[in-house]
Amino acid sequence: MEQFLAFGIVGLSTAAIYAVIGSGLVLTYVTTGVFNFAHGAAGMLAAFAYWQLSAGWGWPVPVALAVVLLVLAPAFGLFVERVLLRPVQHLGEVERMVMMVALLSGLIAAARWIWNPNEARPLPVFFADRAPLRAGPVTITWHQALTMAVAVVAAVGLWALLNRTRTGAEMRATVDDRALAGLTGADPVRANRVAWILGTQLAAAGGILIAPAVALDARQLSLLIVSAYTAAIFGRLRSLPLTFLGAVVVGCLESYLTGYLPQNAYLPGLRLAAPALLLFAALLLFPHRRLRGRDRRLAPVPAPSARGALVFAASVAALGAVLATVLQGKDLITLGPLLPLGIVALSYVPLAGYAGQISLCQLSMAGIGAVVWAHLGAGGQPWALVVAVLVSALVGALVALPALRLSGVYLALGTAAFTVVLDRWIFTLPSFDVLGVRISMFDQGSLEVSGPSLLGLRLDGERELMVLSAVCLALVSLGVAVLRRGRFGRRLIALRDSEAAYATLGGNLLAARVAVFALAAGIAGFGGALYGMQLRTITAEQFSLVAGLPIFLIAVIGGLGYVGNGLFSGTAFVGPNILLGLASWTQNVVAVLPALAGMGLGHSPDGLVPRLRREWEPVARDRVVLPAVLCVLALAWLLRIADAVNGWLLLAGALAGALALRGWAAARRGAAAEPEIPVEWWGVRRPWRAEDGEVLARGIARG
Amino acid sequence: MSALLELRGVRAAHGRITVLHGVSLSVAAGEVVALLGPNGAGKTTILRVAAGVHPAESGRLLLGGRDVTGARPGDLARAGVCLIPEGRGVFPNLSVRDNLLMMTFAGRTRAEIEEIAFTRFPVLAGRAGQTAGTLSGGEQQMLALARGLATDPAVLLLDELSMGLAPLVVGRLYEQVAEIARQGVAVLVVEQFAAAVLGIADRAAVLVRGRIERQGDPGDGLRAELSALYLGSAT
Repeated sequence: MEQFLAFGIVGLSTAAIYAVIGSGLVLTYVTTGVFNFAHGAAGMLAAFAYWQLSAGWGWPVPVALAVVLLVLAPAFGLFVERVLLRPVQHLGEVERMVMMVALLSGLIAAARWIWNPNEARPLPVFFADRAPLRAGPVTITWHQALTMAVAVVAAVGLWALLNRTRTGAEMRATVDDRALAGLTGADPVRANRVAWILGTQLAAAGGILIAPAVALDARQLSLLIVSAYTAAIFGRLRSLPLTFLGAVVVGCLESYLTGYLPQNAYLPGLRLAAPALLLFAALLLFPHRRLRGRDRRLAPVPAPSARGALVFAASVAALGAVLATVLQGKDLITLGPLLPLGIVALSYVPLAGYAGQISLCQLSMAGIGAVVWAHLGAGGQPWALVVAVLVSALVGALVALPALRLSGVYLALGTAAFTVVLDRWIFTLPSFDVLGVRISMFDQGSLEVSGPSLLGLRLDGERELMVLSAVCLALVSLGVAVLRRGRFGRRLIALRDSEAAYATLGGNLLAARVAVFALAAGIAGFGGALYGMQLRTITAEQFSLVAGLPIFLIAVIGGLGYVGNGLFSGTAFVGPNILLGLASWTQNVVAVLPALAGMGLGHSPDGLVPRLRREWEPVARDRVVLPAVLCVLALAWLLRIADAVNGWLLLAGALAGALALRGWAAARRGAAAEPEIPVEWWGVRRPWRAEDGEVLARGIARG
Repeated sequence: MSALLELRGVRAAHGRITVLHGVSLSVAAGEVVALLGPNGAGKTTILRVAAGVHPAESGRLLLGGRDVTGARPGDLARAGVCLIPEGRGVFPNLSVRDNLLMMTFAGRTRAEIEEIAFTRFPVLAGRAGQTAGTLSGGEQQMLALARGLATDPAVLLLDELSMGLAPLVVGRLYEQVAEIARQGVAVLVVEQFAAAVLGIADRAAVLVRGRIERQGDPGDGLRAELSALYLGSAT
């Protein structure tokens, strides 16, 4: 009984922290309509800042606390509101969510840059020197008591603010209808600022309170928040009392699992994964109301022409051949994952681009493909690759079934929870038997992966695998293009544009969603198997949620509706890795890049792939410049093969040549182009074009 | 009569498409002006420009003779411009009481506003704690209109008050509008449902393709012209 009570106290004090963090999450969601994926990361950053001030520089605790909570946290909240969210305010819910994912990813990378993760940073608990309070059989430390007091004060204060003051009503009104709030004399910008300041302060308080109980680690602290998310989902992202209840459930569950879970090899991960499992369950069980007044912005998904898709696929294959011949030694290994990860990123195109399903678990699907291939394809049998794809697709379909009820932010959260369950539990399991089939994961360590045998050839060298990956990426890109032009692609887009309309037109929602999840997971699993071959040794860490976020971000930046996104994402994600090893700090720069790119989303919300396409199209269509570009590239390639120039010179020369020729092509085209004609005179002063109707329709729809 | 609200040569655009081509319109205190015209003529845009929600590309906006061109919607609202937008001008996730609380910006206290709103629309009193989004369409419009009563506006801009409502309810709402105007408020009404508003309007303006084609007494001549416009015969 005494032990039971002791675990209960520990659980309640953890619950209090989750309640503080969770109520901050509810506050920002209710008052700004943004689901703050980076909420935990803000708390993490506050904990590090507090450590730096108090332990690092030896400032007195009250001063350090005041600086973090009253100066740094509000400043950070204002920064997020002004710099990150204002540019995407007019875009949709999904774009704002991507911004927050970018912030999460960026803060983890930045914290690991500033505070070397290999150094231990113990934080003392508050009032460590005071004797604990005793009440009968129960013992409560001062730190625990303080935590609970903070939670209660935060709860009462927030409730009063939101429900009893005009500022609170203004904050909620701003989410409901920003324009109308302006008409009633409220200042939407001010309301958002207040919300971000308070939300960040709550996250900071939670981060500082929880840090002494766990290791001060950027990833771990940022993801501890999964528990707080669970609490917030219990409150359906609206109700503060229910969020509190959720926090108590999660906190006590974790505490009692620590105390009473039987000891065996399979269960320790379950305790770590319990909050994520509970989050998944809460997402499925509670009905979620969409916030009203949130219109979705539907990005265009152009259908690629057959010729264009073929040319693109051929270029991808050619690029693989060029890379395989040009690269040497370390660079060959560094850039090896470029094309396989491109395939993983391409899986977002049908799933998120066409069908509008935001999933954060694609890299986990890739991990499953890699594991299956590692176990079955050790001898290089091609059929094992097929099995890897099928198993990944099956898992994808399994995720789709429960996720059918979710959309938008909730789907992203659900798939993230699924990924966390895989990371913390499933991937760490030793092998086990189900119905006579032996299932092995990463064997609690790392797995060796070998290349496949195709047509009697054993493809095991980096160069052969590079060419194989290029051919595969080309084929998958072609396949996605065919999908977009076909019936299934049109159905997926109809599903994205309006589920209700899709269903009333006789479409089967369940079948379509399961099919697209399975398809995307299969593509990701295929990419994962190739990725594994390039890496040769794989660990669970390489397929974790945190590892997958940058790929998602880059894919969003590229433009989710475009087939060229696979190549773009692979290049943009893995390409900067050639900078690794040039200096000690380049690794950190490379780690922060995807997040920075994600934060730039507001500047080209439709993606960079269409922009690149627009910029390079004159080259491809020009009968003089295109051969010139090809000649320059071929010449550069020959020089490199003959070893007359080194890799950097080749890269710089090819880029400079191509850019110069692009300028030339633009100039040639610009001379022939007509002057701008006002829209009213289209069809009068110049002939009416086929695309004009759509340009007008889009212009009107945006107005 | 001196104009309380005046638009002078206002041009406005949605992106590249110009919607208003130099509109001049004025409304005096206590006057109800009906703004009529076919779909896409730019009626709603005029109201949005007058409330500061939509920027004017050129032209001026005057309030009581003072130039307020480019002022923010919040500031215009405090200066007495009240726009009840198309659809339901309420916050659907806030309770009726919180919706009324949002109307305290013009100086009246919460209790005064509830007093005014509940006296004029007793049905709202019974639903004070209910979320506004769950009210019926007519009740939501009453709640929206309560803002026009309770904030003591100088100018009331109404956009499609009748949308989606039964004729009986529309009639009652427009009685309230006439009542508000009698207290000296300048009212500019946009309405597709011309018959409802012409009954209370002092003056009517017909907007066609971003230009005011006709202004004047809402008499039979205007009605004939309107029906020609709506029914598509030559103008």
